[in-house]
Amino acid sequence: MRHQRMLVPVLALALVMLPAISARAQGGEVPRGPTFSARALQALIDGIQFGVIIAITSVGLSLIFGTIHLINFAHGEFVTIGATFAFFLNVSAAGPGWHLIPAALAAVVFGALLGAAVDRGIWRPLRARGTGLINMFIVTIGLSLLLRHVVLVLYGTRPASYAQYDIQSTVDLGPAGITPRDLTVTLLAVLVLLGVAALLQKTRIGTAVRAVSANRDLAEASGIDVQRVVLFVWMLGAGLAALGGVFFGLVEIVTWDMGFKLLLLMFAGVILGGLGSAYGAMVGSLVIGIVAQMSTLWFPVDLQYAWALLVLIVVLLVRPQGILGRAERVG
Amino acid sequence: MDFSDIVSNALRSGIGPIAAVYALAAMGLNLHFGYTGLLNFGQVGFMLVGGYGLAITVSTYDGPMWLGVLGGIACAIVLALLLGLPTLRLRADYLAITTIAAGETLRLFYRSSWAEPVTGGVFGLQRFANDFYALNPFEPGSYGVWLVRFGSRDLWVMTVGWTLVLLAGILLALLIHSPWGRVIRSIREDEVAGRSLGKNVYAYKMQSLVLGGVIGAVAGMMQAIQVQSVNPDSYDPAVTFFLYTLLVLGGAGRILGPVLGAILFWFVLSFLDSALRQAINADYISPDLISTSEVGAVRFALVGVALMLLVAFRPQGILGSRKEMLLSGR
Repeated sequence: MRHQRMLVPVLALALVMLPAISARAQGGEVPRGPTFSARALQALIDGIQFGVIIAITSVGLSLIFGTIHLINFAHGEFVTIGATFAFFLNVSAAGPGWHLIPAALAAVVFGALLGAAVDRGIWRPLRARGTGLINMFIVTIGLSLLLRHVVLVLYGTRPASYAQYDIQSTVDLGPAGITPRDLTVTLLAVLVLLGVAALLQKTRIGTAVRAVSANRDLAEASGIDVQRVVLFVWMLGAGLAALGGVFFGLVEIVTWDMGFKLLLLMFAGVILGGLGSAYGAMVGSLVIGIVAQMSTLWFPVDLQYAWALLVLIVVLLVRPQGILGRAERVG
Repeated sequence: MDFSDIVSNALRSGIGPIAAVYALAAMGLNLHFGYTGLLNFGQVGFMLVGGYGLAITVSTYDGPMWLGVLGGIACAIVLALLLGLPTLRLRADYLAITTIAAGETLRLFYRSSWAEPVTGGVFGLQRFANDFYALNPFEPGSYGVWLVRFGSRDLWVMTVGWTLVLLAGILLALLIHSPWGRVIRSIREDEVAGRSLGKNVYAYKMQSLVLGGVIGAVAGMMQAIQVQSVNPDSYDPAVTFFLYTLLVLGGAGRILGPVLGAILFWFVLSFLDSALRQAINADYISPDLISTSEVGAVRFALVGVALMLLVAFRPQGILGSRKEMLLSGR
């Protein structure tokens, strides 16, 4: 069992290193176009960027699971709503036409309020009624269908971009490159993740969140207001998801079903890292982002999400509790 | 507004070929979720391998149709084993995430340019069910009573579809009332109790997953036959969500639950669709509020609301018993 623990990190590392090693083997044999090592470096940069965006959105999914053991299928819709709400404030003819930065901040606040609203309006009454977890799980599917199609009606099917930072020239980083926009998004996302980690480690509410995740009954008996913690987790998770949506819309494009597409990658990241562990979700998402982008070095681009999802299934075979999760055997 | 038109559309959807396909797929899901307590969120993946198994055999490799049917069933068995082996020992929600991921992965693979020589990629495959329609005993023309009329092709698909529903219903009823059925229901209620009585819970769960998956694959074949085409984008994860909705509506853990659920689901969906469209065209609803192109989205949003309300206030559905459907968690 002990050596199995190392298997996943080693596999992940090998996957990251493989392009570099094989690139060295190929060294200089490709005269035209970017060399393999340049393409690999570019894919790695894109992968890290994609990974941290998934990480921002998936932390909430993992925290919500950690505190109330609910898998929230509607989490992807928080992402879409964040992106489309910012779009409304930023670009839409009916909106106020704000600059993207205040629009993004407003979207995060809106996301957090939405998280609070669903906790107070739906989950808390259901918890009070003693509704089973599986039933609540199916309610999240209903919520997902509702929110997704409301967005579809309000936003429409057409993909669109934000008004600012749309087209930028690339800054060269040796053989690879990144636009200032993507670099900023990546750095901001890393900062936000560090901020969430600090919040969980240093603050009272963060300690309370960890306490409730570790043992809900014990936390409640120690005088922690579990309902308040759960409300906070919903607001934090939904707010982060909304921010991730704006980032994803910024580096890619805003569509009505972007969150649902991202949801499966979030699941992959969360399971890879260990269901219920916030740090696991960050690490797992990063790996998923890198796998998705790196796969394009060998396989068609239209399969990049499929590889990331296959990683999920392989991880379940080898180490179901994930990289940072605790082993918990049920059957 | 033309009420007879609305009612006629709704009735035709309620008993039409698509309702039969959904009833069949939901019967497989009922075995998973309603009887065994397995959270399979990738039933659409089983439908996909069934439909494509048939289409690829006939259309890409010029094989006979019966081989395609066997191929589709074989694919479903393999898929169920692949999904079940890693996840059935774990907590229920792992299966849920894995199955939805697997369904979506399959869709992405089948629609990719890489698989296009075999699957037709984003264009899918067409016209592989001619052998099926060649068997049609109904003379061309229109059949029906009162407002409900079907063409001979639809009538033939419906006949076969509802016959399959009947056969699957009889099979499931026999299984559920056998010792095997008692074991899987005991797994749903309390897995540990089943294990302590010496039952191999893992094996029973796997058998249930395989059998329900095969029923889903047969439903996928009927769907592919009905439209004479398979297209990756018709296997959206939302299809599984609709199956859950109609299953919860009719009553999970009841043989007739998915059948009643499918009929009502398509009746209501089609009723809402026609009624909303007519109301907009007749200016009862301002086109600024909802335009006709948005009707499809509005009715799916309503499906979401219905699913939430059902689970919150009547989790046992129309036919179920509340005592049996208090699914508690694990």
